[in-house]
Amino acid sequence: MSILTCAEVAFSYNGSVVVKGLDFNVEEGDYLCIVGENGSGKSTLVKGMLGLKSPSCGSISYGAGIAPHNIGYLPQQNELQRTFPASVEEVVLSGRLANKGFRPFYSAHDRQIVDETLQRLGISDFKSYGFGQLSGGQQQRVLLARALCTAPDTMRMLILDEPMSGLDPLIKQELYTLIKSINQQGVTIIVVTHDVQTAVTYASHILHLEQRQIFYGSAHDFQHTEAGRELIRDSCGGHCLVCGLGAQRG
Amino acid sequence: MTDIIAALLQMFSFTFMVRALVVGLMVSLCSALLGVSLVLKRYSMIGHGLSHVGFGALAVATAFNAAPLLVSIPVTVIAAFLLLRLSESGLIKGDAAIALISASSIAIGVFVISVTTGMNTDVDNYLFGSILALNQEDLVLSVILTAVVLVLFVFFYNKIFAITFDETFARATGTRVDIYNTLLAVLIALTIVVGMRMMGALLISSLVIFPALSAMHTCRRFKTVTICAAALSVVCFFIGLAISFLYATPTGASVVLVNLVAFFIFYLIGFSRGHLVKSRE
Repeated sequence: MSILTCAEVAFSYNGSVVVKGLDFNVEEGDYLCIVGENGSGKSTLVKGMLGLKSPSCGSISYGAGIAPHNIGYLPQQNELQRTFPASVEEVVLSGRLANKGFRPFYSAHDRQIVDETLQRLGISDFKSYGFGQLSGGQQQRVLLARALCTAPDTMRMLILDEPMSGLDPLIKQELYTLIKSINQQGVTIIVVTHDVQTAVTYASHILHLEQRQIFYGSAHDFQHTEAGRELIRDSCGGHCLVCGLGAQRG
Repeated sequence: MTDIIAALLQMFSFTFMVRALVVGLMVSLCSALLGVSLVLKRYSMIGHGLSHVGFGALAVATAFNAAPLLVSIPVTVIAAFLLLRLSESGLIKGDAAIALISASSIAIGVFVISVTTGMNTDVDNYLFGSILALNQEDLVLSVILTAVVLVLFVFFYNKIFAITFDETFARATGTRVDIYNTLLAVLIALTIVVGMRMMGALLISSLVIFPALSAMHTCRRFKTVTICAAALSVVCFFIGLAISFLYATPTGASVVLVNLVAFFIFYLIGFSRGHLVKSRE
């Protein structure tokens, strides 16, 4: 079943087009990686998917039964947050706000969901820690917990905007495994990333942008396109298994 | 010691001192609560800019014999809207926009005063504050304002946290970020107008910034930072007012200096605590 459809979508800022020709279909349960250089339009597309920016032409539509409260979101890291005085519990609880409407305070149910989510991600011990005390990888887990809290049972899609930037390889690996396990529970994953090499090993589909849609298709096919091979080589320096294989087959 | 207590008791026998105390405590409380969010959102200078706009409006109102609050409240609230929009639209960088509006407002104020009544002690009072400028109207207004700020702040506390910590996430999950930003700006504009004549246009922004900064040195939770800032602000105002009464120093400057001392004390506590944690590790 199709969960997200972009039909001939373009985005522009102040009249100048930043990305165009977006035409693809995300199926339920897919793991889509959006790759491309800085300024290729990845984050703009994410804003469009979240309804924060309207396309200048074309349309973005969600499948039946998908509403904003079924979508989890992990935004790009923000420098101001690193030293922000907030406890892990306060941060994760704020993920529950989407369900509160005009009710001003969190209920015992909200707190229970937060406890369960922290446990699920293995960060229960940090509950009363200050957000600023945590390492980069732990902070990302906390923000992931916040995203999952939005709809712990009814989440259909999780959108992550450059979740791995600035993390060391081991932590990245852990986080990728975690995201994969969420995907295996039936949640559609959309990840924006620079890290093409790892993207192709985890993702089912790749969307390659360069101010326009260069490629959309399965991760396997992507490794056999000229642009795909080049991008994978660039991202790992040509020493890895993935592009080694790609080069041999090519 | 008994001398000081006697002097403090004497302080409360003056109506104008009681009035100054009530208005001051109310304004300190409001500005500290709102200040935590403004400082963390990097909007500290909005408070500073608004106080200058308030000065300009007050000067114009005096020159034309209009009721000062009737003119300065709407003008400052409009300026708050403008400053927010300007910094969000990226048309002019936020800090540059504030500098432009601040300087222009002071210039308009000084220009109008010198053309009409001439520079006099009024100007001095506006810039540096005077507790004698407060009347019954200010008292009532400050109590109403505090009640409104407290109710809204408690009611929207979780949403204020969300838009302060992560505006993008809040927006994506359906929080009406613009409404809460505007609410914060309007409330801070009102607080500044009410507190300005006592603290002075040049000094009032310290009440917004200092307590939040001090509290952040020692607290790690948003809730404790907020409570600590509010308590600290109220205590510092009381000490500042008492000092100004006992030693006949200007009230606004005394309060700011007490806040400065508190800032250093909190900084040292935070620093030594951080050091302790590190040495244990």
